[in-house]
Amino acid sequence: MTKRRKLLEFVIQGLIRLCGYSAIVFVALIFLFLLQEGLPALSEVPLSSLLGARWYPIQNLFGLLPLLLGSIVVTLGAAVIAIPFGVATAVFIAEVAPRWMREILKPFVEILAGLPSVVLGFLGILVLVPLIRTGFNLPTGLTALTGSILLAAMSLPTIVSVAEDSLDAVPKSYRDGALALGATKWQTIWRVTLPAAKSGVLTAIMLGLGRAIGETMAVMMVTGNAAQMRWDALFYPIRTMTATIAAEMGEVARGTTYYHVLFLIGMILFLISFLVNILASSMLFRAKKRAERMLS
Amino acid sequence: MVSAPPAPKFVVENLSVQYPDGTESLRNVSLQIPPNAVTVLFGPAGGGKSTLLRTFNRLNDLVEGTRYLGKVLLDGENILSPKVDLVALRRRVGMVFAQPVPLPMTVRENMTYGLELAGESRRSKLVRSMEEGLRAAALWDEVKDRLDEPAGALSGGQQQRLCLARVLAMQPEVILMDEPTSGLDPISTAKVEDSLQTIKKKYTVVIVPHSVQQAGRLADWAGFFLQGELVEWGEGKNLFIAPKVKRTEDYVTGRFG
Ligand SMILES: Nc1ncnc2c1ncn2[C@@H]1O[C@H](COP(=O)(O)OP(=O)(O)OP(=O)(O)O)[C@@H](O)[C@H]1O
Ligand SMILES: [Mg+2]
Repeated sequence: MTKRRKLLEFVIQGLIRLCGYSAIVFVALIFLFLLQEGLPALSEVPLSSLLGARWYPIQNLFGLLPLLLGSIVVTLGAAVIAIPFGVATAVFIAEVAPRWMREILKPFVEILAGLPSVVLGFLGILVLVPLIRTGFNLPTGLTALTGSILLAAMSLPTIVSVAEDSLDAVPKSYRDGALALGATKWQTIWRVTLPAAKSGVLTAIMLGLGRAIGETMAVMMVTGNAAQMRWDALFYPIRTMTATIAAEMGEVARGTTYYHVLFLIGMILFLISFLVNILASSMLFRAKKRAERMLS
Repeated sequence: MVSAPPAPKFVVENLSVQYPDGTESLRNVSLQIPPNAVTVLFGPAGGGKSTLLRTFNRLNDLVEGTRYLGKVLLDGENILSPKVDLVALRRRVGMVFAQPVPLPMTVRENMTYGLELAGESRRSKLVRSMEEGLRAAALWDEVKDRLDEPAGALSGGQQQRLCLARVLAMQPEVILMDEPTSGLDPISTAKVEDSLQTIKKKYTVVIVPHSVQQAGRLADWAGFFLQGELVEWGEGKNLFIAPKVKRTEDYVTGRFG
């Protein structure tokens, strides 16, 4: 009896270990594959071309900077819109809105989080694009800004919902304590409730933006996809790295320089998301530690 | 009508408080809180002591839909009137809670936060009030080298005295304390109780004690609350030694509750 149990224990542990290790092996394999397909690009294309401002693969011009710029502009734009708006909405729902309104808003926001991104892209083309074109008086509404707004809309539900949960979890006694000291409602939120919920709010932002950064479909639909470098890129069509891969991978012949450069872009994306993840978790870790010391 | 020394700090007239779910936590309570003395509100759980305390600084308002009937006068002015400036009221009437609530800041910031809210920005004044507050709460020696640590790193007893010190630094007129020593060890409790003896010379103190013994030790004046009613009110020494009402006597001598 005990022998059978021991055997069972052994098998189960082995299986769990196998699952864990295989996850690591898969990631390593993917990375190796990326390296194998992407690194040749570095020897095939001169660095000066890769760092150029022109992306014309047909003429063998593989400037990656406009693509990098496109990705950065769209993502930063989304962050600038989504973070203040999302946190403010969470504060409103958790701290300001009367009870009945909270009970309607919360599930509503959570439903929004489940909207497929193609649907959002579709809405973007129908509603947002014409609005941006006429609103800013631009030649086309397919701009980086349009993409940013769409990405922000996509990350907002997650930010609001997760941040609201963490604000809600701040003990009532904190608010009582601050108010009894003569703080106004707003001062209480700003100096006590938000700091106490800081690590949760940061998690919310990371999760929300994380969803947006990897998003390809909706962005491809509304940003125009023209690779160009200009200082006012926000108001003109741009082309992101993800959109480039998605749009062109199907058309290139295997083993060509073009093909290798697309994988190089994939490598760069991989590196960026790796760095962002490390940065995010170390930031979160510190915020949590600090919050623990403050709250304990 | 109850009697107290001249010019009471608080006058409560026919006060009833009803929570939105219909619980009537106080029924027709009238009493007068004398200045520069420790007034003790005691009685079994659910008697409405916390409710009365939280009426004095209108913290009950946080429960949406709380209704008040009757009057509560602070220096003759009705604080239940909708025109009252709650922030100003809470600066005059400070509060210490049962659970220590250090705000998520450093010890120093905890001490100066209230004053900064009140618009005080002179550093010298902030530093002086901080030290005075910490000394009055018998905490200065323990934390003077730890002022820039997070307040959450202090021990429970130190946190509670920090909360008292924080209120003292604001120099309110009244200090409300809801079972301030319920989470403390006997030594910390003794420290808090001792500091009350000095504090009451300058302030009006209203306290809900966590035991009848503590009520007896502290009370200059005392009120016994039972299910929302003020059963008996009187000077501490009389009320604990020779209660007039049978229900008070039973409770004080430990026959119920
Ligand atoms: N926020 C609230 N909403 C509804 N009812 C409440 C609320 N707070 C208190 N009550 C009710 O009001 C009554 C008095 O409560 P209160 O907290 O004032 O009693 P207490 O004398 O302080 O008791 P304890 O010794 O347990 O602290 C109780 O019946 C309680 O259930
Ligand atoms: Mg109570």
